[in-house]
Amino acid sequence: MYIYGGASAADHEKDTEKHTVFMKRIEAGEKIEADDWMPDEYRNALIKLISMHGISEIMGALPEKEWVPKAPSLKRKLGIMAKVQDEMGHGQLLLRVAEDLIKPYGKNRENIMQDLLNGKLKFHNVFHMPTKTWADAGIVGWLVDGAAIISQTNMLDASYGPYQRALQRICQEEVFHAQHGESIIMALAEGSNKQRDMLQEALDRWWSSLLMFFGPASATTTGSSKQEITTKYRIRKSSNEELRQAFLDKYLPRIFSLGLTVPDETIHYDEANKRWEYKQPDWNEFKKIISNNGPCSKQRLRLRDIAYENNRWVRQALAPQAVVS
Amino acid sequence: MKRIDTAKEAKQNPSYFEALVELLFQLADDDFIISFRGSEWLGLAPHIEEDVALSSITQNTMGHASLYYHLLEDLDIGNADKLAHERQAVERRNASYFERKNGEGSYLQEPYYDWALTVVRQFLFETMKKVKLETIINSSYQPLADIANKVLMEQPYHLAHWRMWLKQLLGSTEEAQNKVQFQLEAAWPACADIIGLGPKAFELEKHHLIAGEDYLRKQWLKELEQSLSLPSSLFVDNHPARGRYGEHTADLDQALSTLSEVYNSDQKAVW
Repeated sequence: MYIYGGASAADHEKDTEKHTVFMKRIEAGEKIEADDWMPDEYRNALIKLISMHGISEIMGALPEKEWVPKAPSLKRKLGIMAKVQDEMGHGQLLLRVAEDLIKPYGKNRENIMQDLLNGKLKFHNVFHMPTKTWADAGIVGWLVDGAAIISQTNMLDASYGPYQRALQRICQEEVFHAQHGESIIMALAEGSNKQRDMLQEALDRWWSSLLMFFGPASATTTGSSKQEITTKYRIRKSSNEELRQAFLDKYLPRIFSLGLTVPDETIHYDEANKRWEYKQPDWNEFKKIISNNGPCSKQRLRLRDIAYENNRWVRQALAPQAVVS
Repeated sequence: MKRIDTAKEAKQNPSYFEALVELLFQLADDDFIISFRGSEWLGLAPHIEEDVALSSITQNTMGHASLYYHLLEDLDIGNADKLAHERQAVERRNASYFERKNGEGSYLQEPYYDWALTVVRQFLFETMKKVKLETIINSSYQPLADIANKVLMEQPYHLAHWRMWLKQLLGSTEEAQNKVQFQLEAAWPACADIIGLGPKAFELEKHHLIAGEDYLRKQWLKELEQSLSLPSSLFVDNHPARGRYGEHTADLDQALSTLSEVYNSDQKAVW
């Protein structure tokens, strides 16, 4: 844990006072800025959340990237290029926000990249998964981005100003991405039997990852969850399960109306409790995936590792005194 | 010079028509293959800001290729997607230098890509593109001249980007300078093919579709000299594969099989 400054009784009292003022500010809906005083718990929760979000955007480019050079028409080539470029842009935007937060700890982007490569910094579960056909590119655009819109909209009023503003822009662009994905899906759904099969197989493949996307319902499932802290500090509003329900509410009717199915025979809407009942994904598998033991974790990290090592000479050439590691 | 305003008019003179089609394939295929090589870099660029910039340039370039393929479609040569995805290597008219692999490995596995090659290649490509387009804005084929004007609105930013990279790398570490110099030496023999106009060079000039090769070479040298010291004779046509004549390397086969993999899985499907 990062602790700085003295820990005298006077300091402690001062901090308690600051903390009270801070909580009053966020409860009144005020935004906290990078140079404002903030509790360490708040800063650390933000660092964890935003650096993971940023690095997930960057790692998230890799599964889709597999299909960028292969996109099957000029229109699709242009669409997916624009889409993945946006994701990279989001990654950059978010890392800038994270960089300001880690600055007081004497850290910078280099540390974030190192943390990714040495496994300290996790990236989102969906980006550890394989993309086997072009239909996976459609599912990623439609449902993974669809899920991302739901979880990010949940933080559109986040108490931390720089993150909240970045999310405004990101969410606007994600809407285009979901439309891009939906357009690929529609073409496949209305296409040949082979195309429809390809689509159904991709959906089957992604279903449990999509349920996992929102995280476990409570900390008891996987042993840890940051949702209590992020809710307390008004970074997010709804719980993981509420978000998952919103996703199912929005997308299941669309999935069924396209004549597609999901690999869960028990799934149904419980009218009495006003919620979807569904088969839980394997949360042990989830833990395994996010600790970089998913089907493509190593392979994707390897790509970043090669890019990092292989371009070292370029970073050295760009450095002011031409001496970086 | 007679101005030709429509595809229908262009088709009336077979010599004009054939020269125009030849030129459009060169322009389309250059942008298409360069954009493909750029797209393989995605996620692997030296830093995140460059990843964003490169993918933006790559996307614009694919947009330009699409414009030219659609001009060919308007001339009833074939559907734009078909022209982009189905034509064999021998039918392609891009300069063969532009098809070179980015380096060792593939974009999916062990991509030991060479940033120096990319900087040198993109710089040569963008300067060539500028020189050609600046004469095409006066082309006798109005639909093409209109596109040249449009492309020239964003292309200077692409060129500025690569000019800056070249300058930065040449002004930095010895290692960077050596890597760039090595790639420049490898590129010189390809210069005649890059700026060249292929088998219909004479007709292209005669019909005022684009300026002649001599003029293009002169203008290109002026552009290159701003950033590089050049060898005394740049245009010795000893390049083994003259792409403008349909001569290509195995690297193009790799590119074509990747970029048309999904398309070829069902050519009749709507994707």
